[in-house]
Amino acid sequence: MTWQPGASIASLQQRAQFNSYLRHFFAQRFVMEVETPALSCAAVDDANLQPVMASACDKPVYLHTSPEYPMKRLLAAGSGDIYQICKVFRDGEVGRRHNIEFTMLEYYRLGFDLKTLMDEVAQLVGDYLRIQRRIDLSYAQALKQYAQLDVFNLDDAQLRTRVNEFVGHEISLSRDECLDIVMSHVVEPNLPADALVFIFNYPASQAALANTFESSDGHHLAKRFELYVNGLELANGYHELTDIIEQQSRFDQQAKSHHVTRPLDTHFLQALEHGLPDCSGVAIGLDRILMLKQGASSIQDVLSFDFSRA
Amino acid sequence: MASYSTNEFKSGLKVMLDGDPCSILENEFVKPGKGQAFNRVKMRNLKSGRVWERTFKSGEKLDGADVMDYDMEYLYTDGEFFHFMATDGSFEQYGATPEAVGDTKNWLKEQEKYEVTLYNGSPISVTPPNFVELEVVETDPGLKGDTAQGGSKPAYLTTGAMVRVPLFINIGEVLRIDTRTGDYVSRAKGE
Repeated sequence: MTWQPGASIASLQQRAQFNSYLRHFFAQRFVMEVETPALSCAAVDDANLQPVMASACDKPVYLHTSPEYPMKRLLAAGSGDIYQICKVFRDGEVGRRHNIEFTMLEYYRLGFDLKTLMDEVAQLVGDYLRIQRRIDLSYAQALKQYAQLDVFNLDDAQLRTRVNEFVGHEISLSRDECLDIVMSHVVEPNLPADALVFIFNYPASQAALANTFESSDGHHLAKRFELYVNGLELANGYHELTDIIEQQSRFDQQAKSHHVTRPLDTHFLQALEHGLPDCSGVAIGLDRILMLKQGASSIQDVLSFDFSRA
Repeated sequence: MASYSTNEFKSGLKVMLDGDPCSILENEFVKPGKGQAFNRVKMRNLKSGRVWERTFKSGEKLDGADVMDYDMEYLYTDGEFFHFMATDGSFEQYGATPEAVGDTKNWLKEQEKYEVTLYNGSPISVTPPNFVELEVVETDPGLKGDTAQGGSKPAYLTTGAMVRVPLFINIGEVLRIDTRTGDYVSRAKGE
């Protein structure tokens, strides 16, 4: 019967407890809870995210795919450390681990470098899931260990040969898309179940809104991390990009790969221009943490009403 | 024919891939971190019967395949084609090639019902019922007093198929066979 919830009442109780655990965690650390608009006139720039469109006051508007831009405006306005627990919307994302509408925790810590934020996230997630073991792997190490690929000494043709195990030869794929296939088809399914696995130092081409740097061996890397447990991606963190010129150029680059032009968030750019304090931030998928807590194999099992019942 | 986007792929949908009609078995959405979204799809090639695993970029489209399953009665073979007749009241007849019939040839019996898959109006595969009853035409003489215990021997059926049977089975007996495994089940009832 479709009127009934997909999650059990016990599962919903656990979600409510999880929310108080999180609020307590941040209250202890003097991180302020904030709310920002879910509806915006501007859309996300990331070409890999499809915003849900709506209409308000006869204007096209977008549901946010993450609260990142307005939260950074608050940081630029002097908010100090902030967090938000909210629903975000990503069109087309439906599956065992995806629901178009899902719950995200996003938070920012002033003066934290990436490592310090990773430690805090390890505590937040590890304490809740009662997982102590932690494995830190650079992106290059992860691909070497789980896919036997030497990512920085691998030409496009070799990479494509590996990826052709999974796709037809006729599909056109960029280098990063090939790496995405290796990550999702080979690396993720083989990550350990009983450990917090942090993958960091992504190629600069996958930096999104993270700072980039030159490593000692000459590779261009992003100060970005992902946290996995049992092959499930839980968190994505950055040492945040604060350089307005670099940000503007990444916007321009992303805009080229959009199928339709999206209105740019000019408020966000103005905030960057005003000055974003040095900080690190992370987005954490709360539904997936509940899946792990409850041993659920599908996200539907932890949602009151998933998209098919919404 | 309509085309279908990856987010419409679901079990049972028939699509064209590399020129062959395929039936979708599973469709999993994957998306690494900030990366491109993909669909990992398992599908059965309806011509070869093989299962293919293929990854598509989310949003890619495949053409639908003109494939339909029909209940049909097996009539006869003329040495070149195997002839079936639709049981939906149309009495329409179709000739299936040996390639389309495949291993089902071992389990063909006149007036028995089969599932015939038509692709662009021609049979592409024939699926037998789970159980068929066929007569033994050749086997070593049955051993008196032998029970179901101990040992088996080859027996050849009217279709030419060989099955392993208990030692007490004789020529002329009708046997119930599980077509999914090719195993002897029992003597046919009502003998």
